[in-house]
Amino acid sequence: MNSTAMSLKASTDLHQVSDRLSFSAMRNWKERLIEAVLLAAAAVSVLTTLGIVYVLLSESVRFFETISIIDFLTDTQWTPLFDDAHFGIMVLVSGTLVSSFVALVVAIPVGTVIAIYLSEFADSRVREVAKPVLELLGGIPTIVFGYFALLVVTPILQVVLPGLPGFSLLSAGLVMGIMIVPYISSLSEDAMRAVPMSMREGSYAMGATRLYTAIHVVVPAAISGLAASYILGISRAVGETMILAVAAGMQPNLTWNPMEPAATITSYIVQVALGDLPHGSIGYQTIFAAGLTLLLITLVFNILGQWLRAKYRENY
Amino acid sequence: MKALTTEEIRAVIARGKLRDNLFKALGIFCLSFALLVIVALIADMVIKGSERFTLDFFLNFASRRATQAGILSAWVGSLLVMFVTALAAVPLGVAAGLYLEEYAKRNWITTVIEINITNLAAVPSIVYGLLALGIFVYQFGFGQSILSAGLTLALLILPIIIVSTREAIRAIPAMIREGSMAVGATRWQTCRYHIVPYAMPGILTGVIIGLARAIGETAPIITIGALTFIAFLPPAPFAGEPAAGLFDWVMAPFTVMPIQIFNWTSRPDPAFEVNAAAAGFVLMAMVLSMNAVAIYLRYKMRKNIKW
Amino acid sequence: MQSQETPTLKAEARNLNFFYGQMQALKKINMPVYDKKVTALIGPSGCGKSTYLRSFNRMHDLYPGNRYEGEIRNTNLLAADVDPIEVRMRVGMVFQKPNPFPKSIFENVAYGLRVRGENNRRVLDDKVERALRDAAIWEEVKDRLPEQAPNLSGGQQQRLCIARALATDPELLLFDEPTSALDPIATAAIEELIHDLKKRVTILIVTHNMQQAARVSDYTAYMFLGEMIEFGKTDEIFIKPKDKRTEDYITGRMG
Repeated sequence: MNSTAMSLKASTDLHQVSDRLSFSAMRNWKERLIEAVLLAAAAVSVLTTLGIVYVLLSESVRFFETISIIDFLTDTQWTPLFDDAHFGIMVLVSGTLVSSFVALVVAIPVGTVIAIYLSEFADSRVREVAKPVLELLGGIPTIVFGYFALLVVTPILQVVLPGLPGFSLLSAGLVMGIMIVPYISSLSEDAMRAVPMSMREGSYAMGATRLYTAIHVVVPAAISGLAASYILGISRAVGETMILAVAAGMQPNLTWNPMEPAATITSYIVQVALGDLPHGSIGYQTIFAAGLTLLLITLVFNILGQWLRAKYRENY
Repeated sequence: MKALTTEEIRAVIARGKLRDNLFKALGIFCLSFALLVIVALIADMVIKGSERFTLDFFLNFASRRATQAGILSAWVGSLLVMFVTALAAVPLGVAAGLYLEEYAKRNWITTVIEINITNLAAVPSIVYGLLALGIFVYQFGFGQSILSAGLTLALLILPIIIVSTREAIRAIPAMIREGSMAVGATRWQTCRYHIVPYAMPGILTGVIIGLARAIGETAPIITIGALTFIAFLPPAPFAGEPAAGLFDWVMAPFTVMPIQIFNWTSRPDPAFEVNAAAAGFVLMAMVLSMNAVAIYLRYKMRKNIKW
Repeated sequence: MQSQETPTLKAEARNLNFFYGQMQALKKINMPVYDKKVTALIGPSGCGKSTYLRSFNRMHDLYPGNRYEGEIRNTNLLAADVDPIEVRMRVGMVFQKPNPFPKSIFENVAYGLRVRGENNRRVLDDKVERALRDAAIWEEVKDRLPEQAPNLSGGQQQRLCIARALATDPELLLFDEPTSALDPIATAAIEELIHDLKKRVTILIVTHNMQQAARVSDYTAYMFLGEMIEFGKTDEIFIKPKDKRTEDYITGRMG
């Protein structure tokens, strides 16, 4: 009697234990499944990169089966859709570099001045107004900036520079510069605010003014952050599309003169995409070769940025 | 060398203060310039586009006559594309952010994913268009549809959502996590009932900023071959003869606001400038109000942190 | 042993009140600072000794919402109505944590001279060498002047910061817990340096460490809750304090 009760009790215990174990095992299994699903979501970004590389490379390989890389890099004409087709990418690269240069001549000084002003001079009330305004400026769609460049800025510039044509790299580049200002000012300001207060106090204690301290202590201390913000600005300028497609004209033109209209890598891609090129034609492949060139240019700048960052790593 | 006299020191200080004030003036000038650009942009579009701010403008299709042309297909297209984008990007981005903050072990897979996300944020948007053209349009056969466009923009804004999710999660103190784990909750239960709800305002801010960016994007959508002249709407579910399926609209050709503006801006006839201005203003209003909501949310969040 | 003659007055605080916004941090402080002597400020954390020290070179003017009442008189300038920058040019300061600038060792020491508009290389070379010698770091760094200053060790960085402050011949040198981030050997070197420096310059030092105050200072002030409780010769303060609160603090019954 007694022993049966015992064994009964033991078996219930056993039962309970196995229940708990199975619950725990199931719970564990479910946890693993969830982790796998989340990992898959995180892996989408890697797949995106692989997809970009795959698409650009595979179409470019087909392109370079027809056109030699030497011609691609050295030809001075870009007329892929003509009967007498030429594929000199430098024509598009020149437009990209000239417009980016104009943009950076505006964006780097203005962005840096704003960053120094906000981080070292402005009181908190000015900052609280200025930062959202800059954020809004950064949020304006590029097509609206394109409209602004073509229909507002170009006519104003034509008053000052009567020879300026209706489409120009100058006008597009200037507006692109304004667009990039918030990126540079916000990242640079973050970098400067990360400089410890004790370093500034050291300078003020020597009798330095705010500007002297900003230029001789804060900027050198934040230099890698500033460099990173400039690199981001360059990437934005090189990859910007709509402002150029609208305001810089889309004629391929090998030029280093910002007063002329010219196509860029990006605006060429837009131009082709607007047309009706059959999938698999050489014209279709050119946009991938152009896209690959664009990606390589931005990649070079990004590597440069990371190198600068490592070289001037802050040690405070 | 002898020490500077008081007069010399005062002269040095006066020079330094003059430079300080000149720089201050320069800084205020640069900031006002940024503000001026926004004001000029909006004012120009409002003034030029004022005659088009009628109900007809919102309810008419594109037309060869500027005065009769409207933005119906464009704003409907933008909304539908945004819907697909949000549906794809939000779960993916939040899940990825959750994985990287709460689950990921410090190994090479995590490092690769993190470096990759940083680099993706610097890839020009038109390159996403090329990716979508090769993969979604041709490889998967989605064609030049709302689905292709929505997925393209989803990939484009994924880094924004992942980064803001991670920042929001990182702001939650470890004691919340430990408290939940201590009473026997699993990692997933902790995430579901504590981490995600607390991080919600931060995640939402990121989602809104991402969508505001997506709704203004033009280049990738042009690249996948969106049409610029669409005089019809995507099929509504169960409408028409024969009745359309629930998801037929997903595969329909479409146009979006930025493309409509691009189309009108690039026409030689100045009458279309008016349309471009009016449509530009509508797009700006959409984007700026989304950004304003995000900025407000972030401001609110900073004000009432609960711990 | 200390000289018995009356020391000359270098500066003096008179009824100094100080406010961070609404909060009063210093209450009616009166204290003399004697020429070419070391005065130590001691007291528990939050007693206002750093706040008081930073009033001598008007660091509080850098932040909005701070307010002074009363004055700190210097023998030849009134801190209250002189431009804070001018005050800072005459008063050197060494901080709690070494804060070398992200520049070369040479440029760190030359910083204050360049602020004053001095760019003559010969003058700079001379003054930098003299300041580095005075700060007892010349032998260690004379061959590496173009190197980045943040690469030096913590103790070397702090002596570099002292050299930086000395290069402009300040009338008054403020030390804000200069050894709290350093190891005992580096601390001993700094204390020895302070002892040598007082031949040429008046020194005010805030310290947490009472042994340090006893070792380096000629005069000591004990502060508590923003008030100056007791001021006197260091020997007297440590051997027979007049105030019960000073005694409690020194004997370790509080703080």
